[in-house]
Amino acid sequence: MRLLFREALSAFRRAPLLSALSITTIGFSLYAVGLFGLVAVNLREALHTVEQRVEVVAYLLRGTPPETIAQASEDINAFPEVARVTFVSEDEALKRARMELVEFRDAYRDLSVNPLPASLEIQLKDGYRDAEHTAAVAERLKGYGFVDDVRYGREWIEKLDRLRNIAALVGLTIGLAFAAVAVVIIGVTIRITVLQRAREIAIMRLVGATNGFIRGPFLLEGMLKGLLGGLLAIGLCYGTFLLFRGQAELATSGIVFLKTQQVVLGVVFGVCIGLAGSLVSVGRHLRNV
Amino acid sequence: MIRFSHVFKDYPKGAALKNVSLHVAKGEFVFLTGHSGAGKSTMLKMMYGDLRPSSGDVRVSGFSIGELSPGDVPRLRRRLGIIFQDFRLLDDRTAEENIAFALEVTGSRRDSIAPKVMRVLTQVGLAAKAQAYPQELSGGEQQRVAIARALVNDPTILIADEPTGNLDERATRGVFQLIREINAGGTAVVMATHDLDLVKQTTYRTVELREGTVVFDSGVDDGSAEDE
Repeated sequence: MRLLFREALSAFRRAPLLSALSITTIGFSLYAVGLFGLVAVNLREALHTVEQRVEVVAYLLRGTPPETIAQASEDINAFPEVARVTFVSEDEALKRARMELVEFRDAYRDLSVNPLPASLEIQLKDGYRDAEHTAAVAERLKGYGFVDDVRYGREWIEKLDRLRNIAALVGLTIGLAFAAVAVVIIGVTIRITVLQRAREIAIMRLVGATNGFIRGPFLLEGMLKGLLGGLLAIGLCYGTFLLFRGQAELATSGIVFLKTQQVVLGVVFGVCIGLAGSLVSVGRHLRNV
Repeated sequence: MIRFSHVFKDYPKGAALKNVSLHVAKGEFVFLTGHSGAGKSTMLKMMYGDLRPSSGDVRVSGFSIGELSPGDVPRLRRRLGIIFQDFRLLDDRTAEENIAFALEVTGSRRDSIAPKVMRVLTQVGLAAKAQAYPQELSGGEQQRVAIARALVNDPTILIADEPTGNLDERATRGVFQLIREINAGGTAVVMATHDLDLVKQTTYRTVELREGTVVFDSGVDDGSAEDE
């Protein structure tokens, strides 16, 4: 075991430039993946913020008895899609209108009769804020006799749906492409290390080293390089994140960094690529000599 | 120890060995001579499991080369000592480390390594240069380190592929003398060489190859040659 670590570490000592180069290469490859991840995470975050504004509003007929509304609210709350139902009375609607629609403040001030109807505002749960589910909820609401009209910004939600699908598809494709490029680059880097030490491997075999013995230090070396490259990539990503957050404009839109879980996943990905790259390169080399 | 029975080795360009049969007894010394491309290296490579026969049977130290599993190759090589014209030392390790390396890869106990290394370094006359790197040593000294490395696992057979090919006359004499001493200690030696002067100096058995065939064998025996 000690020998394994000594051999793996001595590879760094013996070829410091090549080691630094391969760590940097792994680092930058993973940095590209990480940056893309950052963009994807923030895009999703932004979509999520917009999504939270999806709600269905049911306008009620005048004179609907409060008990009926309370009963219906309970029913609606039990819909699988529904997160929360809020009752907005006629008075509250007027108060809101006065506050939010500043331009019409005067018009609303002198009214003798409140023209605004009472309503039920229905927020949907995560995962149900798409066109299909929203329309289904709206349709069910129309079934209540005391519901006059149901609004939910149909076109807007359909657009949001499309945006979400495109984002997911693009995210998956580009993410996979970046990851594939990273795997190839890292594989090549490790292959160079193996070729650089081909003579040493040949000598090891000559004196009776088993393939497992030869492989060990390379795998450990690959994993260490993957780990260091992964940490470098996280550092670079965080630096970029700070730089962007420093821009005043973007600060207000509140960009977020990767979650701890995602950071750990990124580093583990680096270690795995390092390991896989070494396994393939050394394996192929051992088969060929 | 080593037995070739009707061995053929074919390459796309042509045959490297054609119906070669040879037996090397325990403790025997055999010169393998012939021009470049005569098949000497092919035979040596088969002996240490780097090549397999296309047909026929090669047996070395109890292993059938044609049927070696990947796990058998290291086991076979641990019973052999192998030296080359180009020494094959690791340049970034001292003489001592180069030899210790051969013990480390075979999983020797740590505390047994240093005494063994010193023993073989003394045997090859390089105890004083244990800390030297290969580039600080002369060709003859580098070959001695390689021989020490080959000896450290107490092989029963020493396979030498042109071990004096890169050495001047004086170094050649020294290295050859060392190989003779090793043989006198009971280790069988198969030495490929171009150096006919060296061959003529001794009465050792000489096997000459030409175009993949044994054309001369000074000591054909029935396999019961006496040891040592």
